[in-house]
Amino acid sequence: MNIGVCAKISPHADARIKIKSDGSGVDTKGEKLVVGDYDEYAVEEAIRTKEAHKGAVTAFTVGATSDEKLVRSGALALGVDKAVLISDDAAVNAGPLGTAKLLAAAIKEAGCEIVFTGKAATDDGNSQVSAMIAELLGWAQVSQVTKFAIEGTSFTATRAMDAGVLQIVSGSLPVVITCEDGLNDPRYPKLPDIMKAKRKPLSKIGAGDLGLADVAATSSESNFAPPPPRPASRIIEGDAASAAQELVRLLREEAKVI
Amino acid sequence: MKTALFDGYFDDSHDAFRDVCRRFAREQIAPHATEWEEAGAFPRELYALAAKAGVLAPNWPEAYGGGGGDVFHGIVAGEELQRGGSTGTVVGLGSLGIALPPILNLGTDAQRQRFMPPVLAGEQIAALAITEPGTGSDVAGVRTRAVRDGDDYLISGAKTFITSGVRADLLTVLARTSDDPHQGLTFFVVERDMPGFSVSRALKKTGWWASDTAELAFDEVRVPVANRIGPEGSGFLALMQNFEAERLMLAVNGHALAECAFDEALAYAKQREAFGRTISRFQAIRHKLADMATQINSSKALTYASAARMQAGKPAMIEVAQAKNHAAAVARDVCWEAVQIFGGMGYMRESPVERLARDARLLPIGGGTNEIMREIIAKGLGV
Ligand SMILES: Cc1cc2nc3c(=O)[nH]c(=O)nc-3n(C[C@H](O)[C@H](O)[C@H](O)COP(=O)(O)OP(=O)(O)OC[C@H]3O[C@@H](n4cnc5c(N)ncnc54)[C@H](O)[C@@H]3O)c2cc1C
Repeated sequence: MNIGVCAKISPHADARIKIKSDGSGVDTKGEKLVVGDYDEYAVEEAIRTKEAHKGAVTAFTVGATSDEKLVRSGALALGVDKAVLISDDAAVNAGPLGTAKLLAAAIKEAGCEIVFTGKAATDDGNSQVSAMIAELLGWAQVSQVTKFAIEGTSFTATRAMDAGVLQIVSGSLPVVITCEDGLNDPRYPKLPDIMKAKRKPLSKIGAGDLGLADVAATSSESNFAPPPPRPASRIIEGDAASAAQELVRLLREEAKVI
Repeated sequence: MKTALFDGYFDDSHDAFRDVCRRFAREQIAPHATEWEEAGAFPRELYALAAKAGVLAPNWPEAYGGGGGDVFHGIVAGEELQRGGSTGTVVGLGSLGIALPPILNLGTDAQRQRFMPPVLAGEQIAALAITEPGTGSDVAGVRTRAVRDGDDYLISGAKTFITSGVRADLLTVLARTSDDPHQGLTFFVVERDMPGFSVSRALKKTGWWASDTAELAFDEVRVPVANRIGPEGSGFLALMQNFEAERLMLAVNGHALAECAFDEALAYAKQREAFGRTISRFQAIRHKLADMATQINSSKALTYASAARMQAGKPAMIEVAQAKNHAAAVARDVCWEAVQIFGGMGYMRESPVERLARDARLLPIGGGTNEIMREIIAKGLGV
């Protein structure tokens, strides 16, 4: 089976986000970068699918050329076989639709039958690209998947909906599967695999190589600002019973949340 | 402490592996560190978990289940696992690092295939048994005897201060096969269920609480010739080779301990207030922190440079002896000052620096004492 996975390099979930001084975006300089949290589930599920059904996994990343190191450690070292890093200036400045166009074109060229993506990127959290890829390819898409299986050319995916309701979706390949927290427990890369990952094929291409001329963002972002600082915590003194009473009073009368 | 000073020693594979080790320490050790230290043991299952994550034996050959990495991958694991907050756990997991080298270096391939994979997979615990109640620094004074009896040896004697000895499934034991002080020593693998072998007691210690330390008794333990490692008389030389790696890892533990204490002290100094300001604003405290940071880097510099010699296959006995002594002094001083910065809280069992300060006391003793290291260094000076 020819399996694809889209993996975006984003700041680590523990990173302290800084805003660029001109408010034009987030400053990732000096931040620890990794394959995003939800994309980690996608990488893991792609590898598990390969292990269960044979075949090969290709990772697709739109990002900076310096993301190579992180694609190697965060995808190739885990068992992904090869990677495509789309990293020219056009790609770096592509918005969600442009990114989806680039990924869809690369996925098509690679001949994938199934593609895993994360539910959202850890940085901007737009959740747009997966659906757009499916649309551009004319494939089905299942979002927020927490359980997944393939049999022959059909798949069954469980979706987590609100209030704990589960929806089971089945269909046939090709499909874009968008992975949710809880789908799997991503493995640790093994040291021998980390070292072998240095020699796995990774092709760096640009928008032109995919025959795409215009992938520029269709909207622009500005005026980034940090969230307002949290007000200081209040500690309620006293024994448990009276503290609980006071807490309920504060929640009702001051915070007005109950 | 962020610095690009030592980047030259670490490549992308070390950085990626550091993330793996850090995640393991954060997820699998840190949440339980205090409980394990107070209980005097970490769960046996941790060996297998560590093996599965690839952090148990990073610089052991892949053919036997190790990670196939280099000396610096081992250093990365030593540094990052320490961040889990339990030195005892780190050294307990690490006992294979001193127990297996004689088997790897002197053993036959059949012996390696038999003894190493279960240990590297975390299914069995290995320990090294050299020290005896009557002798430690003076290894040539080992009195535990192995007497040939047909296709077996009968081993009798006692060993003490043995890391992981309480739970070990196999022990690499140094025993006397003839009276020659140096040429009469030979390694044997003693297995836990061999009749005559017993754990006399589990020892209570100043630090390293989560690591079990044993006194062991050997009462005519019948050990087949197949468990003799190398020819008779090859033990002393093998042990000397073993020491280099052991001392390097103790030196690494020294700066790792110190760095953990420093990080705790820095964070505390930035939030603890006295006389209307955070204590980090007092020059006495700021300068302490500056000195601590400098000492830690000096220790890393010496240790990494010695490790690079080992990695290149060059002799490094003297350099490693210097690195170990320096690291032990740095760990002592930095942990002491970290306790000082914490004030009364630093003397309380609930503060992390209290534990680190106790753990640091081992460094000038274990793996060859400070005095023995100085003898090695002095000999190199021709005095
Ligand atoms: C927590 C812990 C874990 C250990 N784990 C292990 C283990 O797993 N396996 C193992 O085999 N051993 C282990 N040891 C033992 C350790 O290696 C010895 O304690 C150490 O080598 C010192 O030996 P000793 O205790 O017999 O001290 P001694 O050799 O009796 O030394 C006592 C003092 O005399 C000094 N001295 C001795 N000879 C000289 C000399 N020539 N010149 C100057 N001064 C000298 C020493 O430096 C020391 O200060 C462990 C020890 C500890 C504390």
